[in-house]
Amino acid sequence: MQLTNRSKQVSNKEMTLMERAYLPAIATGLAITIKHFFSKKVTIQYPEVKRYLGPVFRGRHILKRDEEGRERCTACGLCAVACPAEAISMVAAEREKGEENLYREEKYAAVYEVNMLRCIFCGLCEEACPKQAVYLRHDEFVPVFTERDQVIWGKDLLVEDMNSRYTREAWTKEEAKALDAKRASGEVTNVVPRAIP
Amino acid sequence: MDLTEFLVKTATIFVVFVLTLVIAMYSTWAERKVAGFIQDRSGPNRAGWGGLLQPMADAGKMFFKEDFIPALANKWLFIAGPSLAMLTAMLASAVIPFGSTIRVAGHEVAMQGVESNIGILYVFGVVALGVYGIMVGGWASNNKFSLLGAIRAASQNISYEVAMGLSLIAILMMSSSLSLGEIVAQQHGMNWNIFYQPLGFIIFITCSFAECNRVPFDLPECETELVGGYHTEYGSMKLGFYLFAEYINMFISSAIISVLYFGGYNYPGMDFVYQQLVKALGADTGHNVATLIGTAVFFGKALFFIFFYMWVRWTIPRFRYDQLMNLGWKKLIPLAIFNIIITGAAVLFLKPLVTAWLN
Repeated sequence: MQLTNRSKQVSNKEMTLMERAYLPAIATGLAITIKHFFSKKVTIQYPEVKRYLGPVFRGRHILKRDEEGRERCTACGLCAVACPAEAISMVAAEREKGEENLYREEKYAAVYEVNMLRCIFCGLCEEACPKQAVYLRHDEFVPVFTERDQVIWGKDLLVEDMNSRYTREAWTKEEAKALDAKRASGEVTNVVPRAIP
Repeated sequence: MDLTEFLVKTATIFVVFVLTLVIAMYSTWAERKVAGFIQDRSGPNRAGWGGLLQPMADAGKMFFKEDFIPALANKWLFIAGPSLAMLTAMLASAVIPFGSTIRVAGHEVAMQGVESNIGILYVFGVVALGVYGIMVGGWASNNKFSLLGAIRAASQNISYEVAMGLSLIAILMMSSSLSLGEIVAQQHGMNWNIFYQPLGFIIFITCSFAECNRVPFDLPECETELVGGYHTEYGSMKLGFYLFAEYINMFISSAIISVLYFGGYNYPGMDFVYQQLVKALGADTGHNVATLIGTAVFFGKALFFIFFYMWVRWTIPRFRYDQLMNLGWKKLIPLAIFNIIITGAAVLFLKPLVTAWLN
């Protein structure tokens, strides 16, 4: 079986004088390395330059709001159940009268905490969520922390800011696949990312 | 020797030492940078602009690490090892001619630490002592890997010194002088020895790779076989000295190569430049500026060879030990002797013919 066309037949034939002289081979090698010396470097200077990690990268969590700015989360606890690392915990509360513009459903998460030390960024919470409330951002990491109490993220850090909404080209796997197929066939070239699932 | 002369010599030696140290220091940076560039990376670039403060950071780290001596090591020899390596590496730089002369208030000051009529022998003597640093350190470590590495280094250095010395004989036959200043002066303009001694040059540069324990002949510290070789037990600044001594040796041998084969501070068209400078700036200043240009040319050549050392290091894999010995004894020494015979014949028969034909 031949996997590549780069394989070479092994031979035990006597080396010619040219080959035994060794210096021409060294010169060839030096030519190759000097070519690499002047070639473009592949390094990306990380903290200054960040490369795009793709639409499906799983970074830090976000609790989405809907188009009217109401929190989507209804504190059902499915994400906490789905979480293999047991990183998510929450306290549910009932929506009072006059809070309809804050919470979408009658029940909401008064406390929602993700322990970023436990989290393995598997994305199972995202899949478990029936209200499309929790997502892992594809464009932001959990930043480096220096204190232990910086590790547990509460709602102050997790809930989406309406002034700079988290936008995505596709919000579900199916949608992403369909989009990829369309891109491959040349049907669409640029997709405007949108904030609402 | 009067006091002024003594002070001038002291100052020259001081400058030469500082220059050697600075170049060796930045060779460590350049090595990592070259390695990175050849492997399509960018190398150290965080400490200072382009990573230029990296040697300082490394030295700081080395100084502040625990100065550890193994319990069963011979304490005095363990310290003497890196000191000797450093000392012998530094000593050789004293006789290298960095340029011609500087004229200050009617005095001619040579751009050379010590003008000695046996300069090249002195260099060889001191470089040969360098193996003691490795041998003493390897033995004092009381570790079989260190000892094996040291023995390898010793046998390798001794083997290659023979071929190196023989290839040098051909140069000495042509120049009929052992003084480095004299050898350089004879290569005036573009009359470089490389054009007369290409074979000798190849032998010499191969041997100097082996003398500096550089790839492809870095068997003394062959980490796949010997953990770390002779400096396995070393840490902190003592390890730093060993590594630093290697870079100083590299600079010294690059300087020696450029002196012996590439005309040191000579460059084509130097007479024209000299005349123009003297005409433009006056006899003394013109002379000094011309000397400084020559020195710059010298350093350019030496730095190119340092780069060549690194370039080769990141190109060629390490030799096996028997291959190393075969190359040294069975190839390079016969070739060097052959080169001597050819040179002798050329000096005796060809040179009179050519001189007669030219006249």
